[in-house]
Amino acid sequence: MNDLALHLLDIVQNSLSAGATLITIIVNEDLLKNKLCIKVKDNGRGMTEEQVKKLSDPFFTSRTTRRVGLGVPLLRQTAEQSGGRLKVTSQPGEGTTLEVHFQHDHIDRPPLGDIANAVVLMMSANPLVDFKYTYTYNGKSYEVDTVELKEVLGDTPLSDLHIMGMIEEMIKTNQTDLKVCQFE
Amino acid sequence: MTKIKSLDELRKKKQQLEQNLEIREKSDHPESLVQIKVAMATCGIASGARTVMNALVEKIRNDKIPAVVTQTGCMGYCYAEPTVEVKKPGHDPVVFSYVDVKKAEEIIDKYIKNNELLDGILPANYQTI
Repeated sequence: MNDLALHLLDIVQNSLSAGATLITIIVNEDLLKNKLCIKVKDNGRGMTEEQVKKLSDPFFTSRTTRRVGLGVPLLRQTAEQSGGRLKVTSQPGEGTTLEVHFQHDHIDRPPLGDIANAVVLMMSANPLVDFKYTYTYNGKSYEVDTVELKEVLGDTPLSDLHIMGMIEEMIKTNQTDLKVCQFE
Repeated sequence: MTKIKSLDELRKKKQQLEQNLEIREKSDHPESLVQIKVAMATCGIASGARTVMNALVEKIRNDKIPAVVTQTGCMGYCYAEPTVEVKKPGHDPVVFSYVDVKKAEEIIDKYIKNNELLDGILPANYQTI
């Protein structure tokens, strides 16, 4: 995995497999505190305490198609080698929250990557699931959620390729503005 | 051209597109569309599934193909990732293996447009003549 956006795509796949209908993604870059945090919260079927403990074991997976589950172990390793940590909390029937922290300026921290593209791919590829995405940069935030987007789009599905391009452009413009405004 | 920044601007742009008939009413007849699924579990993503998905989206948009691109989890073909399943209306689904940007374009040009099969179809005992 070359960047954190790819890890995000991977982790969200777990939420989708758990039957989530609402997935909240929060990316928080705080240069003043030298921190980068990514949080994924879902309302899927959740996990028992035992399952949460086994998450870091690459040979544990709930899937039947293969016998390994590398998503969380890889992300944990990436976090720990970048001066950070990964935390998962879950309740059966209530959902799961995964939080991963990085030291922002750590030399081994992978780049954030194209998060806007990852979010749009997830939104368009899973039209029955609602996504709420918040990007915060030094305390200033931009938020977008599919409930609002679906309201604006009416009958046009989020999977329409023209619409995908427009939403990605909107997210990228707002994220860039958050950064530009702070350096003016 | 000004960039879209707000939901209001998004609404206006969408209306413009509708007037130009660039947006198809897909939601009414999803079965009439080519359905493309990109496997995006850890194995797929690590092998480049996102690049493939972006390439498919771009090509479909440019060539104005009535298709919808979605993602799926691991299909058990980790060794052959990125894998892409294509279901054309009235046809059985076909899974293509080891897909990169070039092969993604070939899938569209040869299979979707011309019904011509490519090598690398799963299960692996399939071969084009």
